[in-house]
Amino acid sequence: MAEILVLVERSDGTVRKATLELLTLARRLGEPTALVCGPTDDSTEKILGEYGATRVYVVDNPDLEDYLVAPKTDALVAVVHRASPAAVLVTAGREGTEVAARAAVDLDSGIITDAVDVAAGEGGPVATQSVFSGTWTTQSEVVRGTPIITVRPNAVVPEVAPTEPAVEPVPVDVKESSRGSRVVQRTPKTGTGRPDLADASVVVAGGRGMGSAEGFEVLERLADALGGAVAASRAATDLGWYGHDFQIGQTGKTVAPQLYLASGISGAIQHRAGMQGSRTIVAINKDPKAPIFTIADLGVVGDAHAVLPALLAEVERRKA
Amino acid sequence: MKIVVLVKQVPEPGATWRYADDRTLDRAGVEGRLSELDEYAVEQAVSLVDKGLPATITYLTMGPASAVDGLRKALSIGGDDGVHVSDDALHGSDALATSLVLARALERIGFDLVVCGMASTDAEMSVVPAMVADRLGLPQVTFAGALSVDEGSVTIRRDGDVAVEEVGASLPAVVSVTDQTGEVRYPSFKSILAAKKKPVTTWSLADLGIDPAVVGAPGAATVVRAADPNPPRQAGSVVVDDDGEAAVQIADFLVAQKLL
Repeated sequence: MAEILVLVERSDGTVRKATLELLTLARRLGEPTALVCGPTDDSTEKILGEYGATRVYVVDNPDLEDYLVAPKTDALVAVVHRASPAAVLVTAGREGTEVAARAAVDLDSGIITDAVDVAAGEGGPVATQSVFSGTWTTQSEVVRGTPIITVRPNAVVPEVAPTEPAVEPVPVDVKESSRGSRVVQRTPKTGTGRPDLADASVVVAGGRGMGSAEGFEVLERLADALGGAVAASRAATDLGWYGHDFQIGQTGKTVAPQLYLASGISGAIQHRAGMQGSRTIVAINKDPKAPIFTIADLGVVGDAHAVLPALLAEVERRKA
Repeated sequence: MKIVVLVKQVPEPGATWRYADDRTLDRAGVEGRLSELDEYAVEQAVSLVDKGLPATITYLTMGPASAVDGLRKALSIGGDDGVHVSDDALHGSDALATSLVLARALERIGFDLVVCGMASTDAEMSVVPAMVADRLGLPQVTFAGALSVDEGSVTIRRDGDVAVEEVGASLPAVVSVTDQTGEVRYPSFKSILAAKKKPVTTWSLADLGIDPAVVGAPGAATVVRAADPNPPRQAGSVVVDDDGEAAVQIADFLVAQKLL
């Protein structure tokens, strides 16, 4: 069966849930294998095997950490040449997308970005994308080279398929031209203790209607009660009420959780572009004409400062 | 020093977009504008010069005749001249072909620094800056939230997925900037008029020595097999929280949806 190569991403040394989703998708297309950039360990190999990777390629080279994007591309291209996979799956995100982009140039292969689903087709993988701010759905295929597809987190629920992966170290010569952008300093983002926004199944988001940075405290408590992540509209992040890392929308992150709870967010098209793929949308806003109500499954016309504390108490009461 | 800023004319985000019969974005039927995310690239280039960097600024775009409007908008913010790569054979080009054309045009223009937006607001792929850098064999210094440039080098703050990085590279290099780099100035009436007099050169594929067969829809490495408008998301029920009961209604709803 044809090999489907998954580029592994780790956060704090732990394999991301999005990578396990890619392995699950890869099983639909062929035999999943995984590429780990950087040092591997037992727990990494174990979880990749648990989700069906039959082989784990390991490229461990200090250049991968010291320079931006390009050395990882060299690693991916080297493994593609070695393994000749039928497709490459990468998690959509800043780094993954750029690694995929450069690999597409180096391999003269078609690239499809931000897929929300991937299925096996007669001529290779068929990628579903949600485009034009989520207003159209397309099905696309790569017709030249090795298909390279970046997939949004939460496209699929990860399913286990335990196997014992073979571990294969791959030596890679990083090109001189790949050592051009040196990482001078790296400050890890401090974890919030909440699920990663891209991976979270519940997202509780606040906008201008939250009124202040302090207004987000109740959102954080509600997110914790629901096991979710906190997000913000661009208006709120531009006002400095919440970090830019948590901005949803065209210039921020695109999420598609099971539940998106929007509070004090009017729902401009740029914001909707980042969240309208959510399965269920609940919106709270003072303005009955807010555009968010046109896409909300449940809308509450009311004051977030009154509704949210009451909702938090109600959620905690029902969980108890 | 010579700075080249890559810009793209895109459909107005608020307009209704559709696919044309050939499954490319119907640009003819929609009002266009300079991609908002490219405006940040323009602003950064212009403000580098404002801050004393001795540099000229050239804008480079690829697209149909209307793409020149994006160049004029950029020129109204600042900068010196524009280059428009226009050729009927480019219609339907994928990101690989686009990056090829832009890389060839950049080589012909000559540059020390290339500045791009973090993505176009139509295709939203975020791949062209990395592809152009790869094709030119140059450092890519991308997703800059802040940048500084001196005679021979560029340093940026990159907001990555898991870390904030300070990244440095020698020039020439390719930079992309995010919307965190700073507000874009409004062009004055005078600068809008001045922009109309700034030179814009048009090049065809033949001028760049590119075989038309490797670009456009026939040269694309990806094919859109189907494109359908999503049924509009149906609005659900809307309740008014006049009796303080909304919290209970939301909780009931979450339980019914198996979310609580």
